[in-house]
Amino acid sequence: MPKTHEKTGIVLAGIAIGVIASLLVFFGNPVNMGFCIACFLRDISGALGLHTAPAVQYIRPEILGLVLGSFLLSVFRKEFMPRGGSSPLTRFVLGFFVMIGCLMFLGCPFRMILRLAGGDLNAVFGLLGFVCGILAGVFFLNKGYSLKRTYKLPTLEGAAFSAIQVALLVLLVAAPAFIYFSEAGAGPGALHAPILISLAAGLIVGALAQRTRLCMVGGIRDLVLFGEWKLLAGFIAILASALVCNLVLTGTGAGTFFTLGMEGQPVAHTDGLWNFLGMLLAGFGCVLLGGCPLRQLVLSGEGNTDSAITVLGLGIGAAFAHNFGLASSGTGPTANGKVAVVIGIVVVAVIAVANTVRTEKA
Amino acid sequence: MKELDARGLSCPEPVVMIRKAMISKENAYQMVVDNVTAKENVTRYAQHQGYQVSVQEADGEYRLSITK
Repeated sequence: MPKTHEKTGIVLAGIAIGVIASLLVFFGNPVNMGFCIACFLRDISGALGLHTAPAVQYIRPEILGLVLGSFLLSVFRKEFMPRGGSSPLTRFVLGFFVMIGCLMFLGCPFRMILRLAGGDLNAVFGLLGFVCGILAGVFFLNKGYSLKRTYKLPTLEGAAFSAIQVALLVLLVAAPAFIYFSEAGAGPGALHAPILISLAAGLIVGALAQRTRLCMVGGIRDLVLFGEWKLLAGFIAILASALVCNLVLTGTGAGTFFTLGMEGQPVAHTDGLWNFLGMLLAGFGCVLLGGCPLRQLVLSGEGNTDSAITVLGLGIGAAFAHNFGLASSGTGPTANGKVAVVIGIVVVAVIAVANTVRTEKA
Repeated sequence: MKELDARGLSCPEPVVMIRKAMISKENAYQMVVDNVTAKENVTRYAQHQGYQVSVQEADGEYRLSITK
């Protein structure tokens, strides 16, 4: 694709994604949470009983749609490529701690943009931390950081993660007794758009993200590394379109989709330092992983099993976060969560150093 | 001509690799990558640096000829 078409394509995709995210709130998702990969994976972990926080248990069709949308389009475009083997356990650990960082902040990088678009100024601290984390990651990339090469794998291996999404969809629709769903009024897990709307939104956004390589961490990373604006253009387009859509919806009296300020924001807390450090951990970890949680879902749909392992790390991280009281709530971060974020930053830094030194010796 | 093998490397590593190689300002590079994203990103970066890029595909691998 020519360069100008690439940039136009990702801006148009970003505009569409921003509108879809805003509309998902209109149709029932929690406010400023049209999409949140971290929150939605956390809800799925809860639905499967991996944690028992009653407020956040639901099999989010958006996640299943994102993976399957990417899978279907990549198969159609002959870009489906089963591969893996690039330090999978290290990626699992990185995914785990990225989730710890996200649940300190209460949102993945995607939701960080949507929180900004909803007027939540706490997300500004998150954004600053995110940029610092990305800069830390870029420092190691420039020094030769690498998780080594991937290798071709059998088709079944590459398609397995997408098959798991279909199984989750069956569990969502069948709703057997062993799957947990937050009861009405229990919290964000009980707030969701109808299944078909959520699934369709996931499929469309998954396909758009597969086509455009959209990545929340890649935008700032590529600008710093190479002076390349393409991915950042998508990031900004989502922010702008979700902001406009929130203002329009609020203006039409459909509800409150935009409230400027820091106090009383939905599913958010006002502790600036820990919002900063949470997203610093997430940004740092995501650069070392090669992409944000959304990008990991899209890559796993394309057959990348390292990304699938990363998503499992995110999901298990969410389960730990709620089992051990690490996740923040609207009232603020927990003491355990603060310890976990500090440990996470140390672990991610050790992974960065270990995989850089080894490269330079090689 | 410098030859670079970025097969199996995920982005942005192939671009970091070509950027490092371009410090020596050679007139031609050959690079092989094995995914579309790496092909697109390396092509875009090389074009930004004033190089021309031609791509040959075979067996899921892309051979990029990068020349001034």
